[in-house]
Amino acid sequence: MSKMNDLTSAFTQAFGLIGRLDTELLAIVGLSLEVSLTAVVLASALGLPIGAAIAVGRFRGRQPLIVVLNALMGLPPVVVGLMVYLLLSRAGPLGQLGILFTPAAMVVAQTILILPIVAALSRQVIEDAWHEYREQLRSLGAGPLTAAITLLWDTRFSLVTIVLAGFGRAAAEVGAVMIVGGNIDGVTRVMTTAIALETSKGDLPLALGLGVILLSLVLALNAAAYWVKEAAQRRYG
Amino acid sequence: MLPLVLDTVSFAINGRTIIDRVSVEIGAGPRTVILGPNGAGKSVLMRLCHGLLRQTGGSIAWRGANGGRQRQAMVFQRPVMLRRSALANVIYGLKVAGFSRTERELRARDVLEVVGLANVAERPARVLSGGEQQRLALARAWALNPEVLFLDEPTANLDPGATRELETIISQINAGGTKIVMTTHNLGQAKRLGDEILFLHQGRLVERSPADRFFQQPMSAEAIAFIKGELPWS
Ligand SMILES: Nc1ncnc2c1ncn2[C@@H]1O[C@H](COP(=O)(O)OP(=O)(O)O)[C@@H](O)[C@H]1O
Ligand SMILES: [Mg+2]
Repeated sequence: MSKMNDLTSAFTQAFGLIGRLDTELLAIVGLSLEVSLTAVVLASALGLPIGAAIAVGRFRGRQPLIVVLNALMGLPPVVVGLMVYLLLSRAGPLGQLGILFTPAAMVVAQTILILPIVAALSRQVIEDAWHEYREQLRSLGAGPLTAAITLLWDTRFSLVTIVLAGFGRAAAEVGAVMIVGGNIDGVTRVMTTAIALETSKGDLPLALGLGVILLSLVLALNAAAYWVKEAAQRRYG
Repeated sequence: MLPLVLDTVSFAINGRTIIDRVSVEIGAGPRTVILGPNGAGKSVLMRLCHGLLRQTGGSIAWRGANGGRQRQAMVFQRPVMLRRSALANVIYGLKVAGFSRTERELRARDVLEVVGLANVAERPARVLSGGEQQRLALARAWALNPEVLFLDEPTANLDPGATRELETIISQINAGGTKIVMTTHNLGQAKRLGDEILFLHQGRLVERSPADRFFQQPMSAEAIAFIKGELPWS
């Protein structure tokens, strides 16, 4: 009975935090969005052209590259965190940068985490379109670069959903940002690491509040992805 | 760039010969119709001529002045429309071909007017009807002002009304000085549009005649059978 009450009161307090826009909660959500949005922008800026190049290109090692890329989609976040930690730690090759335990390190880790997702999924989408477009584009005189740009534009709605999936994955992962960010209060604490910490400390309201926001975010992203595709399908065929 | 000269051109894939030693000279002027039953190799032959496939034997050459890909265009049986407006589809072709920005817009509006698509210029190309898409494909190719226009069964998926519309536009394009090379398996269409007939059967060029003669006095056994409806053609 009292357990039930605990839970009810934790939920009530959680919604209280959200309702009155608690500053600590807002700061954590804000940093989460900042880090993951930056990561997804970087991963897309690199991953979409890589995906298009592999889709359209004909070069040695293309098939092994695709296999590796697909496998990298399943990279465990803690492994990425460990790799980036080793790179950025004082003794590591990029230790000079001095960005370990800063949001910049978290951006690097999340970018590495979702780059293969954006590249591999966009490669698939663009290659499917390439099969359909190939002869037509060649007939019109388009070279590989023009073709790649054309395909990126023509698959734009599918690519948007891929980018949103990448963002969702970045915002929801905990292992990489925990290792390279360190979950420092007010500096590198994001939603997922805060939830992990507060839960272990027994501070359920903050953890729950963040959990509710994270869940809503993931839901909203999926709704957006679905809606973009549906609307585009209806409008552009 | 015409004439286009094919000298014992063959195309084989996976050990199967699809085009078998075709020799022919396609000159400027009359509308050339490549006629033959399904599977005869018409599409493959056209892709060879347009440079989308490479022959495995023989040679293909543009013998006239000003050769190269620039002055030829092709409309496919199933045209691919880009995910943008009808107008933008035409402009895209012009852009890739290197036309200036102002010229693109002018030419694109112009050809859409001629093919009767001016009123749907701003609509997404992929939601247009089959007939409209095929006319758009024709407009996109024609806008490039090609010397030769290859048409691969351009009306195969259209109803009779849309077919007539398209045939009218094709005749107009030809009247404007563009060489038409078209494939069809449809005798009626070959009669309506063909000035000369290349009859293809199992990858071989069996007969080449002016259209009147081909339909009145076909010379090969295959053509006779085809015209009598003894070869499957639909
Ligand atoms: N890329 C290809 N690979 C293997 N066989 C092909 C290919 N393209 C065409 N063919 C075969 O070549 C023959 C001629 O095809 P096609 O030129 O499309 O005939 P048509 O256009 O006269 O109906 C068919 O038997 C077809 O199956
Ligand atoms: Mg065909």
